[in-house]
Amino acid sequence: MNDVSQSLSDYEQAARQQETRRNWLLCTPALVVLVLAASGPLLVMLFYSFLKSGNYGGVIYEFSLDGWFNVILVRDIFDDVLRFADAHLSVFWRSIKLSAMTTITCVIIGFPTAYFIATRPRRSRNFWLFLITIPFWTNLLIRTFAILELIRNNGVINNLLMDLWLIDEPIQIMYTDTAIMIGMTYVYLPLMILPLYASMEKLDFQLVEAAYDLYATRIRVLRRVIIPLIKPGIVAGSILVFIPSLGAFVTPRVLGGGKNLMLGNLIQLQFDQGQNWPLGAALSITLLAIVMVTLLVYVRYSQRSGGQDG
Amino acid sequence: MTQFIKKSIVALAMVAISGSVFAAGELNLYNWGNYTSPDLIAKFEKAYDVKVTVTDYDSNSGALAKVKAGGHGFDMVVPSANYIQIWINEGLLIETRPDQMSNFKNVAKDFNNPSWDPGRHYSVPWQWGSVGMIVDTSVYKGDINTSAIFLDPPDELKGKINVAPEMNDVISSAIMYVGGEPCTTDKAILRKVRDKLVAAKKHWLSMDYGMVEKFAGRDVAASLYWNGAAYRAREKNPDVRYGLPQEGFALWMDSIVVLKDAKNVENAKLFQNFVMDPENAALISSFASYANGITGSEKYMPEKLRTSEEINPDPKLAAAGKFLPACSPEATKMYTAIWTELQK
Amino acid sequence: MANLHAAPVNKGKLFSIYKLPGFTFIAVACFLMLYAPILILVGYSFNSGSSLALWEGLSLRWYFAAWENETVQGATLLSLVIALQAALYSTVLATMAALGTTRTRPFRGQTAIYTMINQPLMVPEIVTAVALLIVFATIKQATGYQGLGFLVIAHTAFCIPFAYLPIRARLEDMDTSLETAAADLYATPWRSFRRVTLPLLWPGILAGAMLAFVISLDDVVITEFVKSAGQDTLPTYMLGQLRRVITPEMNAIASALLAVSVLLVSLIFLINRKKT
Repeated sequence: MNDVSQSLSDYEQAARQQETRRNWLLCTPALVVLVLAASGPLLVMLFYSFLKSGNYGGVIYEFSLDGWFNVILVRDIFDDVLRFADAHLSVFWRSIKLSAMTTITCVIIGFPTAYFIATRPRRSRNFWLFLITIPFWTNLLIRTFAILELIRNNGVINNLLMDLWLIDEPIQIMYTDTAIMIGMTYVYLPLMILPLYASMEKLDFQLVEAAYDLYATRIRVLRRVIIPLIKPGIVAGSILVFIPSLGAFVTPRVLGGGKNLMLGNLIQLQFDQGQNWPLGAALSITLLAIVMVTLLVYVRYSQRSGGQDG
Repeated sequence: MTQFIKKSIVALAMVAISGSVFAAGELNLYNWGNYTSPDLIAKFEKAYDVKVTVTDYDSNSGALAKVKAGGHGFDMVVPSANYIQIWINEGLLIETRPDQMSNFKNVAKDFNNPSWDPGRHYSVPWQWGSVGMIVDTSVYKGDINTSAIFLDPPDELKGKINVAPEMNDVISSAIMYVGGEPCTTDKAILRKVRDKLVAAKKHWLSMDYGMVEKFAGRDVAASLYWNGAAYRAREKNPDVRYGLPQEGFALWMDSIVVLKDAKNVENAKLFQNFVMDPENAALISSFASYANGITGSEKYMPEKLRTSEEINPDPKLAAAGKFLPACSPEATKMYTAIWTELQK
Repeated sequence: MANLHAAPVNKGKLFSIYKLPGFTFIAVACFLMLYAPILILVGYSFNSGSSLALWEGLSLRWYFAAWENETVQGATLLSLVIALQAALYSTVLATMAALGTTRTRPFRGQTAIYTMINQPLMVPEIVTAVALLIVFATIKQATGYQGLGFLVIAHTAFCIPFAYLPIRARLEDMDTSLETAAADLYATPWRSFRRVTLPLLWPGILAGAMLAFVISLDDVVITEFVKSAGQDTLPTYMLGQLRRVITPEMNAIASALLAVSVLLVSLIFLINRKKT
């Protein structure tokens, strides 16, 4: 690389500089808005995590590490002994577990669906994609309440199953972790299907056909040919599903019955009834750190698999 | 397409603007969601030629945070009793002296000199109620006037109990159940509270709002909740009854106050005086089905609401109720720790 | 989006790899799953009772109630005004950014720009919401301006990545030969952009704008924290009602909005199809 750039003529270098300037100019308006209303405020959050908690919410402008300290350790309110904040840890663990399960469910449902769409005749594919997006033109809260109607004890699913004599007693789905998972799967499924579809669409089906002749069984073709080729789509979709699930707020509140917190709710609690803003800020930054680690793994992974492809 | 978007924006903006002008004055009310009677607002707008805008919040601390941050544009807020002192101490309110207003004579004796606003220098009663047990008596036939329903639940109710997700209401009910005073920092008592709550939680179904629907659909059989909701739940499910725990139960009152950075102070004062008129207070109650603390308003309420056991409990049972004070920051910190442990 | 760069499928001959065992079944189940809640909510909007849980008969009661409820109307209108503006602005900004970051040699700061643009996708809403409350409240106090601008800029910011992703995907699949040809014919950069790039990019832009519009329309948490007096959108209005009851009135509004948007999107869809 270095030799190449050194051997560039002045003209090329000037052209390159101009291009870079043009690119930056094109990006500036978007960056300004983002700095003002997205990234910039996060710095305030970081700042707040190092301050003292105000008495009734808010902060006092004094340096303190209490917020960070409280993320992992708590001083027991009864015997003043320092303990691991197992309440926080179990909320973190539940969020990661439920988000991972949601992601896997989305792959299991999304993969065949995307495959189904990608193998339709070309003219009708857009129509099927359109069908995927229509439900998302309805407000998230209303959709979540509609899901509640489906899964409640006297809801559509339980009544149907009882009418068919498949079960005697309604199954308790509402207000369980399963309900949260169903809700999140519903909400984030398109974020899985769309990238999957995008990578499948580019799939060379003649190659697949050749492989079918070679490997003889469908399962083998799927494992040896199709899945490796659309891996980037699977990874991209998983990232797009996993990250928002981690910070989900509305779905756990409505479908989970509020009995078990997820990270988004734990953070909200600190800024609201808990009135401990520095802790809320520190928890937020911790969540961001988890997201960053996930992304780093993703980048490493995609670089490695990209290397293999090349 | 862009042309279309541009045109629609202009059209929508025009509609939005045209709806909001042509009144002499303005008033911006910041209130709990679905808590403000539209009839009351319409009547006030007509009487004083003022355009009233209502904006919703869904928690005391959320509203406090927002107003404290500043730049909100609200004139009036409706905080709960245990928060009023905080609002006053933080210097967020104007001393509008409701006690010197013409309709103050209508304020019920119990509420004209409350501990959270001595002499009523800041606040005017909006609505008040209790935190008790809603129980579906087709599921459980025993005594419902006890917090044992959610803290030591009978077998019939296990797995069918809801608890309102309000930290102060839940923890104070539990404190009174184990024999303490609300806002206590006594560690022996709080330890009992935590153990009780953690042990009871495995029998709970949920900690959620929206209970009127859930009782109507028989998704839950018992809940720590509020009396007005109990009344509305009973209208939809006749088996529902409302119990007042005799170990002690919490009372609350939301009062309307005027903010220091209000732009329409005079209109806000007019509104404070306006809601102390019995006929107007009755409009509030008819909409949200809680009592209002204004004498004489009963006769303007619907018969069914006025005579309901939820609004007019047996005085013997009602004696166990007490208003929640504002807890100290230390107490809040301890309660949050218990609360987080409960929801982990 | 799809019709330009479809896989080179041999059209006449369908081979068995098209049908993997169980795939069609799961796909059909997936579509059923996606539409079941929508059917429920449309169905209950015609409920004559005041409950979401119990069916009491057929009526248009809630449509009339919604039609007469000024608060709901105002909130719906405000939601639309904000969503339209946020979609418009974020799409314009995202298009520019996409042009600046694709089909170019790697340049200094490119990774930083990517990270910045995608950042709203990575940060949980509640975190951004509280941070925005703090920052905007300070600005509101300093300037005295409390208008819709704050909500619009906040919505625009978190809509940018959603608009950016489809536009960038589209751009990456477009080769530069047509534009180079245009440049060779001495078209000004602006002219070649308008006549060549933009028409080719259009499906991506449309997809981005639609996505941004939906995302803005859905937002609860950030709006709740940023809104000033009188700025309740439909979702924040509903959030306020969580403590009491949600009536079928909400379903009626949702169904009506859904019908309108499906009509609108179908129209765009058909027009687009004719063009290509």
